[in-house]
Amino acid sequence: MNKRKIEETFFKGLMHAATIVIVGSLFLILWTVVSKGFHAFNWDMVSKVPEGGFYIGKGGGILNAIIGSVYITVGSALLGLVISIPVVLYLNVYSKKGSRFASATRLAFDVLFGIPSIVYGAFGFTIMVFFGLKTSLLAGIITVTLLIIPILVRAMDEVVRVIPFELSDAAYSLGATRWETAKVLLRQSVPGIITALLLSFGRAIGDAACVLFTAGYTDNIPTSLHQPTATLPLAIFFQLSSPIPEVQERAYAAALILTVIVLIISIAAKYFSKKFSKNKI
Amino acid sequence: MNIRIVKDKAVKNIFLLLTVSSVLLVVLIFIGLYYKSVPILHSTSLSHLLFSSEWKPSKAQFGFAAFIAGTLWVTLIAIVIALPLSLLCAIYLSQYAPRRLTRFLNPLIDLLSGIPPVVYGVWGVLVVVPFIQEHVAPHFVEYSSGYSVLAGGVVLAIMIFPLIINILGEVFANVPKELSEASLSIGATQWQTIKYVLLKKSRPGIVAAVVLAISRAFGETIAVLMVCGNIPESPHSVFDSCYPLPALIANNYGEMMSVPLYDSALMFAALILFVIIFLFNAGSRIILNRLERRMN
Repeated sequence: MNKRKIEETFFKGLMHAATIVIVGSLFLILWTVVSKGFHAFNWDMVSKVPEGGFYIGKGGGILNAIIGSVYITVGSALLGLVISIPVVLYLNVYSKKGSRFASATRLAFDVLFGIPSIVYGAFGFTIMVFFGLKTSLLAGIITVTLLIIPILVRAMDEVVRVIPFELSDAAYSLGATRWETAKVLLRQSVPGIITALLLSFGRAIGDAACVLFTAGYTDNIPTSLHQPTATLPLAIFFQLSSPIPEVQERAYAAALILTVIVLIISIAAKYFSKKFSKNKI
Repeated sequence: MNIRIVKDKAVKNIFLLLTVSSVLLVVLIFIGLYYKSVPILHSTSLSHLLFSSEWKPSKAQFGFAAFIAGTLWVTLIAIVIALPLSLLCAIYLSQYAPRRLTRFLNPLIDLLSGIPPVVYGVWGVLVVVPFIQEHVAPHFVEYSSGYSVLAGGVVLAIMIFPLIINILGEVFANVPKELSEASLSIGATQWQTIKYVLLKKSRPGIVAAVVLAISRAFGETIAVLMVCGNIPESPHSVFDSCYPLPALIANNYGEMMSVPLYDSALMFAALILFVIIFLFNAGSRIILNRLERRMN
């Protein structure tokens, strides 16, 4: 065989192997989490808060952490939308095409997107100290909002950007103002907004480093914004570092719960973005 | 003036205000962290902070060298593992794989990026750490607990696969088709075309992808914290434990308010992370934007 052919076959083989390793690692992770977690899972986990002696292996569940995570995720996503939708509309409707301000803003959000959550957590902590806040649901929501704003802006910007310019031209030619045109564009990108929202859910619910500093940890379900709250990633983290096998087992079950939630969210996000591409005008 | 126009102007100003203030977050993070690190910068010189490995918070000795070394080691291992694999995978997906297969594989790779860091950590503790302890380390060193630089590197490598593959996919898509076609038409094999045309043309993009991956690896906290042992000494081999900067910040948030200067030292650690990651991100994004603009 020709030397060039051998080289081609060799590298093609390597590529197959690399792809198998990468996809295989996903299945390996999922398999580990499911097999370990399923074994330790029971319905008390998702229906009860920790009872006395929970951390030495006695009864109870992690409902406090599940509810806490949901509060933080939903709260920060709503707050994040209120801030990021105007940003996206400003970039796409009000600023001129190819303006320096718009491209600098996009660059800034790309950079913010890359800032790790531990830095947001530390920053959130300095804000808390500055304003004299204690670790609380509110502080957690604010910090996670900072974390997901870049995600929301980038994801929605991608969708609003590709809306055909004929649509806004049609609105303008009917005499609409920019604000009225923005509302038309917003309506057109609802599925994209939902996808962005789901993406930010997935990131917010799985993030531990942000809430570590700001939301605290408690065995109760918070009843006001000023109380601390438990979160799922931290529940996993703390239980795994326990020396008691029963408590570690619970960490596996909690990891399974978190993984299932995140998988459902990502599949829903895929579904909505597909639906969006079908409705393209 | 017409009420609609007034409304339009008002909305414009509110939107502009929100846009500017959210961009200013970058500056605000820097100022906030710097403000908190001023006390430690006053008490200890910058070079001592960065190059001394004396870490005794109770005696007000804060030297970050061991933690910086830990971060660099883990990141290096992660990139060494992730780059060749992701590069090969990205080439395969963009050049060889039939469309139906890419449509099946891309969502799976996206799923990999959706898995929360803490779940990677659990997996690392359950699978990677024991595997290194029992099957890998005994061939090289006398004893390793498995909680090591290597474990952190492996877990991180898997976490940055999707990032590198996605960016490389975009970079490859931006290489003009005509170039590859010209190469194929003069008789080059597909691999030769990839080697001499595709990879050559996308070199800046590959560099940018690697830099982005490095900055992601730098900042990853929980997953690495769970598997790398957290012993504040510079590692001597990949089987030694290490203690990266983000892990240091996350592990000590509880006690930092009770020791003087401790909180300031940890915020300084966050500032180091922020500055490095900011520079890396901005640089690579500018390269990537330029590549995209050249294509359009």
